[in-house]
Amino acid sequence: LFLGYFITMNSVGEACTDLKREYDQCFNRWFAEHFLKGDRSGDPCTETFRKYQRCVQKAIKEKDIPIDGVEFMGPNKDKPDS
Amino acid sequence: MGKYFYCTGLLKSTWDQVCIAFWQRYPNPYSNHVLTEDIIFREVTPSNCLISRRLLTKTSRSPRWMERYLPKHMSSSAYIIEDSIVDPQKQTMTTLTWNITHARLMSVEERCHYQINPENGSWTEIKREAWISSGVYGLSRAIQEFGLARFKNSVTKTMKGFEYVLARMQGETPSRTLAETATERARETALAAKEKAKDLASHAQKKQYV
Repeated sequence: LFLGYFITMNSVGEACTDLKREYDQCFNRWFAEHFLKGDRSGDPCTETFRKYQRCVQKAIKEKDIPIDGVEFMGPNKDKPDS
Repeated sequence: MGKYFYCTGLLKSTWDQVCIAFWQRYPNPYSNHVLTEDIIFREVTPSNCLISRRLLTKTSRSPRWMERYLPKHMSSSAYIIEDSIVDPQKQTMTTLTWNITHARLMSVEERCHYQINPENGSWTEIKREAWISSGVYGLSRAIQEFGLARFKNSVTKTMKGFEYVLARMQGETPSRTLAETATERARETALAAKEKAKDLASHAQKKQYV
């Protein structure tokens, strides 16, 4: 039942799951071994990210998922500070 | 108008470990309702913060009395966006999560702040706030109550999911979780079989009238 360890989540684009897995593996390694340690040297994942994004952004358009024009942290603007 | 919810949570892992787990939290035994996960935007800012946008698909799990207010063409899964900022200098992470579909039926926005526990530098504290509202005339209070109850339940699952992933990362065997996973899987299989039987029964009934 360690399935979670070997299984990656599906992408919203069925054809993109392999590209997602490849990118996630690259990112997770960079995040833990470089980014969090304050290492500002380049990001080794730009190429795999680009391939993955090309696929997933296409799927998002095809499925009409309403992500356009949603500002980063958008809804936070209306919220009172805790 | 709307419901406000606030709670704090504690994870007995370092802030670094929690951030690493944050990106690896799906799938876990408590996240069967999460169907897809995608990073759809990511950048390192000039101040060396990591900003990301994650798109999730979740099953909508509304009770039948609520589903009647969903337009027929709307699917039973909802799309959710999670924006996050990781600041490795300050050792804080802020996330904002909200649904971009089904929003008039019920809108849930959740803001979380992850920081080092002030009492124990090896632990991580999570401050969680949520705003739950509904635009359905005459039913908004009932929907908000349902939404709040479901949100509290999902917070429990989130924390259990985190603990599971953190234990796995640290090489522990979460044996209690194996038993829970087995029970949950069995329950879901039984439920799926029941739904299938109902479908077949109603299908058989329809055929009689053809």
